[in-house]
Amino acid sequence: MIAEIGHAALWLAAALAILQMVSGALVLRSPEGETSAFALYARPAAVVQAVLAVLAFLTLLHAFVVTDLSVKLVATNSHSMKPLIYKLTGTWGNHEGSMLLWVAVLALSGGLLAFAERRLPERTMSATLAVQGFVATGFYAFLLLSSNPFERLPVPAAEGIGLNPLLQDIGLAVHPPTLYVGYVGLSVAFSLAMGALITRQVNPNFAKVMRPWVLGAWVFLTFGITAGSYWAYYELGWGGWWFWDPVENASLMPWLAATALLHSVSVLAARDALRTWTIMLGVVAFSMSMLGTFLVRSGVITSVHAFAVDPERGTLLLVLLGLYIGGSLTIFALRAGSVAEGKRFTATSREGALVFNNVMLSAILAIVLLGTLYPVLTEAFDVRVSVGPPYFNPAGAIFAIPMFIVMAIGPMLRWKDDKIARVQPQLAVLGAIALLVVALVVFLGDYPLLPILGLALAAALAVAAILPLKGRKITRVPTATWGMVLAHFGVAVALFGMASESAFTQERLAAVGPGGVEEIGGWTVQLESVNPVSGPNWTAIEARISASRGGGEPVILTPQARNFWAPTQSTSESALLTRWDGQLYAVIGDAAGIGADGKQRWQLRVWWKPFVTFIWYGGLLIAFGGVLSIVGRLQVDLKRRKAARVGAERREDQAELAASGAPAPEPAE
Amino acid sequence: MSANEANSPPNPFNRAWVWVPLGLFVAFGVLAAFMLTQTKDEFVRSQMIGKPLPEFSLRAATDTRPGVAIDHFRDGKPKLLNVWASWCLPCIAEAPQLEELKASGVEIVGIAIRDRPADVANFLSRYGNPYTRIGADDRSEIQLELGSSGVPETFVIDGQGIIRHQHIGDIRESDVPTLLEKLEEAR
Repeated sequence: MIAEIGHAALWLAAALAILQMVSGALVLRSPEGETSAFALYARPAAVVQAVLAVLAFLTLLHAFVVTDLSVKLVATNSHSMKPLIYKLTGTWGNHEGSMLLWVAVLALSGGLLAFAERRLPERTMSATLAVQGFVATGFYAFLLLSSNPFERLPVPAAEGIGLNPLLQDIGLAVHPPTLYVGYVGLSVAFSLAMGALITRQVNPNFAKVMRPWVLGAWVFLTFGITAGSYWAYYELGWGGWWFWDPVENASLMPWLAATALLHSVSVLAARDALRTWTIMLGVVAFSMSMLGTFLVRSGVITSVHAFAVDPERGTLLLVLLGLYIGGSLTIFALRAGSVAEGKRFTATSREGALVFNNVMLSAILAIVLLGTLYPVLTEAFDVRVSVGPPYFNPAGAIFAIPMFIVMAIGPMLRWKDDKIARVQPQLAVLGAIALLVVALVVFLGDYPLLPILGLALAAALAVAAILPLKGRKITRVPTATWGMVLAHFGVAVALFGMASESAFTQERLAAVGPGGVEEIGGWTVQLESVNPVSGPNWTAIEARISASRGGGEPVILTPQARNFWAPTQSTSESALLTRWDGQLYAVIGDAAGIGADGKQRWQLRVWWKPFVTFIWYGGLLIAFGGVLSIVGRLQVDLKRRKAARVGAERREDQAELAASGAPAPEPAE
Repeated sequence: MSANEANSPPNPFNRAWVWVPLGLFVAFGVLAAFMLTQTKDEFVRSQMIGKPLPEFSLRAATDTRPGVAIDHFRDGKPKLLNVWASWCLPCIAEAPQLEELKASGVEIVGIAIRDRPADVANFLSRYGNPYTRIGADDRSEIQLELGSSGVPETFVIDGQGIIRHQHIGDIRESDVPTLLEKLEEAR
C-alpha cells in the first residue's frame, strides 16, 4: 500500500511539472508588461511537486527499511539480514532508486527556487520555472515509463538478493547523494540561464541570482568527488585515488564546467562582462551532468561502476539529452547574437585572468570528454581501446600548468585594466619559491617531471592564495574573499598531495609467513598472524600486522580479504595508518603457498604514501571555501535587501506626509 | 579568446562560434544513437561447447534427490544440465518452464551453486522440483569448469556427455522450443 502511495505521488508530481511548464510558457506568450492570468500557477506547482517527489522517495526508503520483498527493487537489491544503514543506502545503490533520488532533489531545488527567489523580473522567473518544469517532466517520464522503482513482484520473494558488497560501505551513504545534489543544482543554474536568455535579461542582477546555485552545486560536487575518491582509494584496495574511469570522469566534467561557470558568473555579477560565455557555461555544465548520466546508464560505456544496463533506457535518455542539450544549444546559438556585449577589459586585468582560466578549464574539460568518448568512437569502428593515465595526465597538464600560474597571479590584479609591472615584486617572490622547490626536489632524487612541477606550483600557489589578504585589515576582509582564499589554498594543498603521492610513494609486495618482516619508507612492518573472522554477512581472513617507525611504539593494522554471500563476491578491506606526513596502506591478498620454514605464507602488499591525505584535505578546504563564499554573498544580499526595504518605507512615509499636506520634516541642523 | 572579448568590435559574423557546441553535440548524438543500435553481447559464452563435460562428482544438495557425477551423463540419453541456486531470483522465474520441459519428457539434472540443504529444500517445495538429480557445487568449481559465469544457466548435454548448447539466463516461454530442438539434435 505504501509503495502505491509513493507511485501515485510520483504521477501527481509529474502532472504538476507539466502544469508548471505550461503555465510558465503561457506567461511568456502574453504581451510584455501585462500580468498574465497563468502567472499564478507555476510557483505553487513547483512547491507542491517538491513535497510529492520527496514523499515518493520517503516511501521507497520505507520499503527498503522494512525490506518489503513484494517490491521488485527491494527484492533485487536488499536482503533482510543486511545492517540497517546499508538497507538505507541500498535505496539509492541501484538504477531506479538513484533516479528517484535524482528527481526528488530536482523537485526540491525547483520548489526552493520557486518559493524563495523574488529578485528576478516575473517574466524571467516564469521562463525559468517553465524550463525547470520541462526538465523535470522528462525525468518523471523516464522514471515512470522505463524505471518504475515501485514495481511489485507477482509473488513476493522469499529473500532479497542483496546489495553489491563493494557498495556496503559508508562511502556509499554520502558519495552518490552528494553528487546528485551537485548535478541537480546545476539544473537550476541551467534553467536560470535559459530563462534569462529567453527573456533577454542576461545582466548582473540575473548573475547574482544564479551565483548561489552555482556555488552550492559546486560545493556539493567538490565534496562528492573528494568523498568518492577517498572511497575508491580505501575500498578498491589498489592504492590509487583516481583511475580516470568513465564514471569518475562523468563527475569530474560537470565540476570543471561548474568551476569555470562560477568564476564567469562572478565576473558577470561584478563587472557586467562575459555575458554569452556565462550562458554557454550554464548550458554546458548541466549538459555534462546529463551526459555523464547517459554514458553510465545506457551501457554505451563499460565501467567498473556497473549499473543495470538497458538499451531502452539508453534510447529514452538520449531523447531527453537531445531535447535539453540540443534544444538549449539551439536557443543559445540563435539568441547569443542578441545578447549585447558586456563591458570591455584588457588582457592584463582580473577579468582577463579569469577568462584565460575559463578557457583552460574548458580545454581540460574537452580533454577529459575526448578521452572518455574516444573508446566509444573507436568501438563504432570495431576497435576496442582503453584510455588511461598516459593520455589524461600529460594532456591535462598542458592546460593545468598555465592555469595554476595564472590562478596565482589573477587575484592580485585589478578589475578592468592593470599592469603586470605593478605586481612584479610578488611575482618575483612566487617565482623564487617555485624554483627553490624544483631545485630541492631534483637534489633529493630522480623524480618524473610532472610531480616536480606539481610540487613547485603547489608551493607557489599556497603563498599566492593568501597574498590577496596582504595589506588588508584581517577583520574587515569580506567573508566571500575568505572563501576564495581558502578555496585557492585548498587547490594548492590538494595539488601538493597529488604530486607528493606520485613522486614519493613506495610500494612493497611480498609473500610473507607469520613473523615475516618488511621494511618500507622508514616503517618496519611485521606480519604477526592471519586469522579467519566473520561479520553479519561476510567471512574474511584478517591479517594482524604491527607497524612501527624509527623504533617507536608499534601500531596494529588489520587488513581483511572479505567474502560476502548473497551475492557471493570478495572484496579487500585495506588497513590505513594515518600520520600527519602520509599514510601506510596495507592489503592482504591470497595464500601464497608454504614457505621454507613450513609455515603458510600470504601475499602482503604495503604502500607508504607521503602526504597523500592532503589530496582530500585540499578537497575539503575547497568545498569549505565555497561554503564561506555562499555565506558571504547571502550576508551582503540580505543586508542590501534590508537597506532597500528601509529606504522604500522611508520614501513611502514621506509620500504619505506630503499627501496629507503636513510640512515635510526638515533635517535637523 | 581574451583578446576577442576585450578588443574586437561587436561583429555578428564573428559569432559563428556559438554554433560550435551544437555541432559537437549533434556529432555526439549521432555516435551515441549508432552505438545504442549495436547489439552488445554482454554474455560470457562458454568455451566448452562441443567438448566433453569435466570429470566431476558432487554430493547431493538435498535429501530428496541424489547427487550428480559425470557417469550419469554417459547413458546415451540427452539431458538438460541446469545451473541454479535457491538465492537466485531469475531461477524462480524459470521454474514453470523447467516444469514444462519435464512434462515433455526431458530429464533435467540440477547443480545448486553455493547453497544450503535447507534453502534448497525450501525452494523446491515452493517452486516445484523438476530435477532427477541435484548436485551441490559449494565453491562454483564445476560451474567455472563448465564455462558458466552466472545463475541460472542451462546446458544441453548429449548421450556421450558432450556439451552441445548453452542457454544463459532464465528460460523464458519462448526459449522452450529452442531447447527441445537442441535436445532433439543431440539425440
